[in-house]
Amino acid sequence: MNIELLTVHSARTAVLEKQITATALVDAFYQKIEAEDPAIGAYLTLCKDRAHRQAERVDALADKGDALSPLAGVPIAIKDVLATKGVRTTAGSKILDNFISPYDATAVARLEAAGAIVLGKTNCDEFAMGSSNENSGFHPVKNPRDHSRVPGGSSGGSAAVVAAGTAVASLGSDTGGSIRQPGAFCGVVGLKPTYGRVSRYGLIAFASSLDHVGPFGKTVKDVALILQHMAGRDPLDSTSADLPVPNYMQQVGEPVKGLRVGVPTEYFGEGLDPEVRAAVEAGIQELAKAGCEIVSVSLPHTEYAIPTYYLIATAEASANLARFDGVRYGIRAKEAKTLAEMYCKTRDAGFGTEVKRRIMLGTYALSSGYYDAYYLKAQRVRSLLARDFDEAYAQVDVIVTPTTPTPAFKLGEKSDDPLAMYLADIYTVTANLVGVPGITVPCGNSKGGLPIGLQILGKHFDEATVLRTAHVVEHALAEKVG
Amino acid sequence: MVSEKDVSYVADLAHLELTTEERARMLKDLNSILGYIERLNQLDTSNVEPMAQVAGRYGASSETTGGTFEYVMRPDELRPSLPHDEAMSNAPQTDGTFFKVPKVIER
Repeated sequence: MNIELLTVHSARTAVLEKQITATALVDAFYQKIEAEDPAIGAYLTLCKDRAHRQAERVDALADKGDALSPLAGVPIAIKDVLATKGVRTTAGSKILDNFISPYDATAVARLEAAGAIVLGKTNCDEFAMGSSNENSGFHPVKNPRDHSRVPGGSSGGSAAVVAAGTAVASLGSDTGGSIRQPGAFCGVVGLKPTYGRVSRYGLIAFASSLDHVGPFGKTVKDVALILQHMAGRDPLDSTSADLPVPNYMQQVGEPVKGLRVGVPTEYFGEGLDPEVRAAVEAGIQELAKAGCEIVSVSLPHTEYAIPTYYLIATAEASANLARFDGVRYGIRAKEAKTLAEMYCKTRDAGFGTEVKRRIMLGTYALSSGYYDAYYLKAQRVRSLLARDFDEAYAQVDVIVTPTTPTPAFKLGEKSDDPLAMYLADIYTVTANLVGVPGITVPCGNSKGGLPIGLQILGKHFDEATVLRTAHVVEHALAEKVG
Repeated sequence: MVSEKDVSYVADLAHLELTTEERARMLKDLNSILGYIERLNQLDTSNVEPMAQVAGRYGASSETTGGTFEYVMRPDELRPSLPHDEAMSNAPQTDGTFFKVPKVIER
């Protein structure tokens, strides 16, 4: 069996039909990880005992001939910002180098309850702050399609394991594009659901009004299946929405005839790589062929999204990261004589450069005398961005854009220029500020063989239409993507 | 423009010490990022409400509870929580009951 090609559906079928036991499948994945992951660096921690216990449970049920749960035996990987009970959970930071979570994130617990097998924890930019994975406190991740290039970030490890076939699917988090951008760079499907669709209990907080949990998969159906089994109200997360979860799988594959597809002019302007433009336009052509009505729309405040995002995200981060002080968990600087000194030395030693930069920017934006000019100003512009989307969605059902302005860049190319790095998220941050769902789906390759992603944004809580549209693009362009 | 003094003040607020090199780098980076952020002032937002979070704007009503997505209430009932020993299990230093920290006040 070529495990590299397994999808969520085919992995479960293989176990169900006893082509392979869940235990043997897990062993095969660990062999592949041990052989191939050192060159990529996507895993930070493997949880073999936990995976084997879960595989044995699945095998015992299969032996008895009991009905298997919907994700039974599917090997997945979890971004290391999601808590996993009894397993090291670092958020990619040295400050949590030794942290063993005493509880599970709801998203992880729900997937395991549906039968999925957690293989391990994936590398990411420290506290999910970055667009290249070079900000990991441990080591960078390499793009499986080209080892000289970044996999994107911050969920670079979770995108890379799906691209490399060292997990069937994975979970990431997306605060400004951290699922969709690496999904595009690695040539896989990545979904950021609507704000409130998936519980964030157990997600190590970066910017609470922008943080989302979502899946990566090889196919649109795979991410639909994963979403299906983790979405919905969670009493442990008061920001999770108490709304019914539709049957996504039923809608994927349905026709899109008559669907109104918005194409925002602001997303096709200066800075967009011509090859990315051509590939995304080809995707839009396919939607037109499938009977969609293509409508030109305007999101006039787009150019203000990045500055708005970097004020709000850093302000919230500076508050969220105050908890890392060496008292209750994580590392503690030893040589400090007073409590205040211990806080500073611990944080100085534990945080990397980008995290310190964002804490500083956020603290500055919230500090007395600057609050109105920066933080409050950004919140007002956030309203304008939301208004842009309200107006566009009065005309269209979904919005199609490039996921990123360029294909994956080289390791080291932007690591000394924070602003250039921030601009890698130019097409993705707005969905976080406004809370709408978004997906990236591969739509072609550059001449150099690098994947290109097409982004589809939907209305709040309308993941079903986003998935349905993405499925059409995926199938129409299957040959181009290869 | 952020000054060296601002960097020291903000580092203090954030409980970061930063090395001399880090402070110099921070001064340069913060000024470059804030320079870019300046463009928000091109927009007149005097009549625009601030948006703190998504749920406030798109608070979808629940069909089952009649409550909204933004303000969720639950009965104030005692529920199991993380056991004491598990909550303490990651602490760098404890006396078995409490977290231990260095001296707070010098005598």
